[in-house]
Amino acid sequence: MSTIDFDGVSHAFGERMVLRDIRLSLTEQRIGIVGANGSGKSTLVRLINGLIRPDTGTVSVGGLDVARNAKAVRRQVGFIFTNPDNQIVMPTVAEDVAFTLRRRGLTPLEITTRTQAALERFGLDQHADHPAHRLSGGQKQLLALAAVLVAEPEIVVADEPTTLLDARNARRITELLLGLSQQVIVVTHQLDLLAAFDRVIVMEDGRVVADNAPDAALGAYRELLA
Amino acid sequence: MIGLYHPGHSLIHRAPMLLKLSLLSLAVLLVGLLGELGQLGACLLAVIALFLLARVPLGAAWKQIGPILWILVIAVPLQALFAGWTTAGLMAGRLLIAVALAALFTLTTTVTAVLEGFQKLLRPFRRWVDADRVGLLLALTLRCIPLVAEIVSEVIEARRARGTQGSLLALAVPVVVRSLYAADAIGEALAARGLDD
Repeated sequence: MSTIDFDGVSHAFGERMVLRDIRLSLTEQRIGIVGANGSGKSTLVRLINGLIRPDTGTVSVGGLDVARNAKAVRRQVGFIFTNPDNQIVMPTVAEDVAFTLRRRGLTPLEITTRTQAALERFGLDQHADHPAHRLSGGQKQLLALAAVLVAEPEIVVADEPTTLLDARNARRITELLLGLSQQVIVVTHQLDLLAAFDRVIVMEDGRVVADNAPDAALGAYRELLA
Repeated sequence: MIGLYHPGHSLIHRAPMLLKLSLLSLAVLLVGLLGELGQLGACLLAVIALFLLARVPLGAAWKQIGPILWILVIAVPLQALFAGWTTAGLMAGRLLIAVALAALFTLTTTVTAVLEGFQKLLRPFRRWVDADRVGLLLALTLRCIPLVAEIVSEVIEARRARGTQGSLLALAVPVVVRSLYAADAIGEALAARGLDD
């Protein structure tokens, strides 16, 4: 597993501090991040592939400083957003998955083969030529997942990937994420889905207030909510 | 082009996009120059043969060509009134053939093929134009049409629910604000997919 290190990371949006002196080393395969809205969870995971740069401190992935090597880090880190509509770029399902591979110096045949394999893996092959915007919410999130995983990243970061989904699709996406061989970091509000994770981090007001195995960390989070 | 492509493996599907586009332009130009109804009739038969060759379902073809017939129902009698039935027939034939050929191109060509074709066309000008970025711009433009349509439809629903149907401001402001937020989110997603370099 790659090591993701946060060393004294702080970040503010204008006057509002969203992260305060974060020091973490993430080495486990499945890591969950929970916390109230505005606690800094999304900012924390956006730092991992350089979508946000820290005001102070450094974030490194596999020894690479993200601020200085954002392009190389993004090839290692796949990112799944809450709303798949914002992640879909191309008009049809297959074209959107293939789009990820277009700047990777692959031949058209390699792109087609890998795209087809990704669509089959996520049960989207029947929809390959369908307009992406006409898929259901669950299928759109599967498409987002396929478009990320076709590039074979070493780390998959998902920011509330199940928030807009019904219970069945939420479970399906979570099971798919849990079944990945990659290191997976998931921000979520669905606490029951975190039992199978190796480590859970609880955020509050820009700080890490609990960092433990799921039972202990979620216990601390529930106390915080009480 | 959004969602109109009909998958297939026919000769027309497999033909290079730039060849199809050049032939489409040439055919529309030639049809515009034809002056006999018989010649246009022969062209129409050839277009039907092309649709059969492409194995495009009748329903998909009708969706593309049908709307032009409604326009012709009004335009042909008016044209006949002022310029005679022959001129009206020529106008209708030319328009019908041009629309049918354009529909055939759309139904048998993927957006990716169109983008790659335009990127190839722009390659000689790469000193001045970034062909990849132009391709991405076109793709995003096409992608954003259903996205903005969805935003407008949701805002109209919300406006109705709050009883502010009459207010243009109550439509424009949320549509613009939500479109800007969506643009921001798409930009972030593009960066995450490695397209910010």
